[in-house]
Amino acid sequence: MAGLATTFGSGAMTNPIADIDQAELLLLIGTNTTEAHPVIGYKMLKARREGARLIVVDPRRTELADLADYWLQLRPGTDIALLNGLMHIILQEGLEDRAFIEERCENFEELRDTVERYTPERVAEITGVPVETLEAVARLYATTDRAALYYTLGITEHVSGTMNVMSCANLAMLTGHLGRPGTGVNPIRGQNNVQGACDMGALPNVYPGYQNVQSPEIQAKFEQAWGVPLSGEIGLKIPEMFDAAHRGELKAMYILGENPVLSDPNTNHIRQGLEHLEFLVVQEIFLTETAQYADVVLPGGSFAECDGTFTNTERRVQRVRKAVEPLAGLSDWQTVAEVMRRMGMPATYRDASEVFDEMAALTPSYAGISYERIEHDGLHWPCPTKDHPGTPILHVGKFSRGKGRFQGIEHIPPGELPDEKYPFILSTGRVREHYNVTTAYSPGIMALWGEEHAWINPEDAQALGLAADSRVRVSSRRGELVTAIEITDRVPPGMVWMSFHHAGSPSNALTSHLVDPISGTGEYKVCAIKVEKLAS
Amino acid sequence: MDLIPVTIDGQRIEVPEGTSVLEAAELIGIDVPRLCHDPVLGAVGTCRLCVVEIDGMRNLRSSCTTKVTPEMMVRTKSPRVVESRRTVLELLLSDHPADCLTCEKMGNCKLAEYAYDYGVRKGLSFAGEEHRYELDDTNPFIVRDPNKCILCGKCVRACQEITGKNVLGFAFRGFDTKAAPWGDTSYVESDCIFCGNCVAVCPTGALTEKGMQGQGRAWEMEKVRTTCSFCGVGCTVDLNVKDGKVVGVTSTDGTVNDQAMCVKGRFGWDYINSERRLTKPLIKREGRFEEASWDEALDLVASRLTDLRDRYGPKAFGALSSARTTNETNYLMQKFARGVMGTNSIDHCART
Repeated sequence: MAGLATTFGSGAMTNPIADIDQAELLLLIGTNTTEAHPVIGYKMLKARREGARLIVVDPRRTELADLADYWLQLRPGTDIALLNGLMHIILQEGLEDRAFIEERCENFEELRDTVERYTPERVAEITGVPVETLEAVARLYATTDRAALYYTLGITEHVSGTMNVMSCANLAMLTGHLGRPGTGVNPIRGQNNVQGACDMGALPNVYPGYQNVQSPEIQAKFEQAWGVPLSGEIGLKIPEMFDAAHRGELKAMYILGENPVLSDPNTNHIRQGLEHLEFLVVQEIFLTETAQYADVVLPGGSFAECDGTFTNTERRVQRVRKAVEPLAGLSDWQTVAEVMRRMGMPATYRDASEVFDEMAALTPSYAGISYERIEHDGLHWPCPTKDHPGTPILHVGKFSRGKGRFQGIEHIPPGELPDEKYPFILSTGRVREHYNVTTAYSPGIMALWGEEHAWINPEDAQALGLAADSRVRVSSRRGELVTAIEITDRVPPGMVWMSFHHAGSPSNALTSHLVDPISGTGEYKVCAIKVEKLAS
Repeated sequence: MDLIPVTIDGQRIEVPEGTSVLEAAELIGIDVPRLCHDPVLGAVGTCRLCVVEIDGMRNLRSSCTTKVTPEMMVRTKSPRVVESRRTVLELLLSDHPADCLTCEKMGNCKLAEYAYDYGVRKGLSFAGEEHRYELDDTNPFIVRDPNKCILCGKCVRACQEITGKNVLGFAFRGFDTKAAPWGDTSYVESDCIFCGNCVAVCPTGALTEKGMQGQGRAWEMEKVRTTCSFCGVGCTVDLNVKDGKVVGVTSTDGTVNDQAMCVKGRFGWDYINSERRLTKPLIKREGRFEEASWDEALDLVASRLTDLRDRYGPKAFGALSSARTTNETNYLMQKFARGVMGTNSIDHCART
């Protein structure tokens, strides 16, 4: 989000999902769409069947990689070098969109000077992608009129995540692939309301609608609306909170609907942080690994038990409707409102729409949206007024920040690479059948997909003496686990891939403690591990 | 685009070039029966139920695959058409189990609906051999009863055209033709990803949701339109509610997803009915959780947080909100952290 916000002025998918069938070329970087976003995956498969060209950049041979015109199997964590290399070739061959760069962008010289140094030969060496492939892909992307770039956590979950995102944006601006149907820079959001949680200001630096907490005018606006004094100091990000808890500075936490023990990197550090707290409230629908540490657990309501809205990956605000009464009596928003009321802040909302209306009145990009308007279909923000039709495509004619800002970005290697002691790279992600917390409690899902299977290349399996039914101990400098395996050439030699869904083999016991210094996102995609066969 | 004038059952209408006769009829409120046609799938004209009579054409034409031409004269309910539809339905029923009383699809079965509309009963004619296939219910999600399959091919097309997996196809030939995964295996032995898009389009009881078996009749279900909560795509789905309990999730028209869904959205929702759900607040006393009333728990949270805030200041507090909960809950959580606890230390795990 920080990356696109810096370059374009808005950190969200630029184009709607429906645009996939408008694109002549799909460039997918670090997204295993058919697994993580199946219904968007169907649309990409359909676009491919109907003739769209397809380029997939991924260390793993994904389902879409199998169908791609070009599959670029880069070394994990070399995305910046790859993108700089493509831009080098585009500039070398004069394939950039001059008019777009001149009219709509700034700081081009910095980009040009940086990518100058990323010759195809050097990039091939860093990334492992052959020169001829780099050249062919650069030409294809630059010369296709409607070319759309999609990425997900394969781009962002690196120490260089924000820089990776800006590199994607550089490439799209360089070739003028923005602000039109079938183009764009499109981060597909993983969880159902990532976009909404960010939009609502569940972030330490912004109020709802990305309004800066350090701006005195914004602060005054919220102080007046809420009737309380507010802080103008940026708050702590998650990893900083747990660090502060370790140091004894953070004494209390209220955790709602998150399970950092299973889902955040470097589990042991999280567990110790939680143990240090004087008081922990967890609001959750199950007694999760995190809830075990709580002093008070407040039972949460599922999505079927509350009214409200989710904002999907394409910025479409859609209704969530209460189908059944909350199992424990209160919807999540009602519980939070009760705590607020008991601590002296008026919070007498009759229903969820009153909460939404209060938010919309304070949030310019949501100001035109109401439950009435999204009764049947959602609306794309920005939607500033009651008669505004919503904005499916961002940056038409002009970027949110005015001019799109090129950034010269150097390759940043992953924070932890394999060595003699920990010779494998571990990368983690989702599988189609599971979701962060809930699916482990679905009997049907667990009947078919009940345990972790770490992917390991046949060459490595042979060297380690592993068979299909082997179990292995996987360890990193931070923790260890035991897992079943799947021997598959979908991962290259030297790389192991695991999901993060299974409490019995929690891959985040292993993942890196290093984070992107700007976004604070953990480097889930690269850490060094060793693999040992367990005696059967 | 050129508008083409046509007359259907005496009503004149102008429709865009490329419109099918069936679509044109729908535009003026004429309902043409169909078993193999679905607007989200390619038209194939296999069921022959949507046939109509068109002046100047010798044979009856399937209206789903016939495009309008200028001054076309169409009759959708002529005696010839009705007789033909009755014959088609009689043939289908001749090899279809008559177990509607216990069939999961009762109340939502297109074959039963048309049989009723056209007054066709099983055994009127065409008595002959019937299939005796085994049920495929070896997976947790889908029950497949090939005996009830009418070979409309919608499941096959859904698998190809919506999901893009090509798991389903037609096996064997003639009377033995069967819609099945490749090699006539069970779903669980095939490459099926259990999106259930085949179930959503099936017009009969051949494909049904396992979790909904015996949970209630179609007319008893309250359908609640909502947004799926399993990923950022935001598919529109219907929760099926009976007696205050969600018993199934089914497809509906949605702008984002048409009617497509994935395994989690269609089948993974049952965690909401899990016996392991928390139903009461818990307070930890001497290392063990004890159930508490809402008042007791909320008062304890309020008094402890007030005390800690007053003692250590706002910087000693942090809140995590969630990328899985609603905008309204997220808004209130950040308002709570900022307005009540006095800190901007509010975050969630999907900051990227």
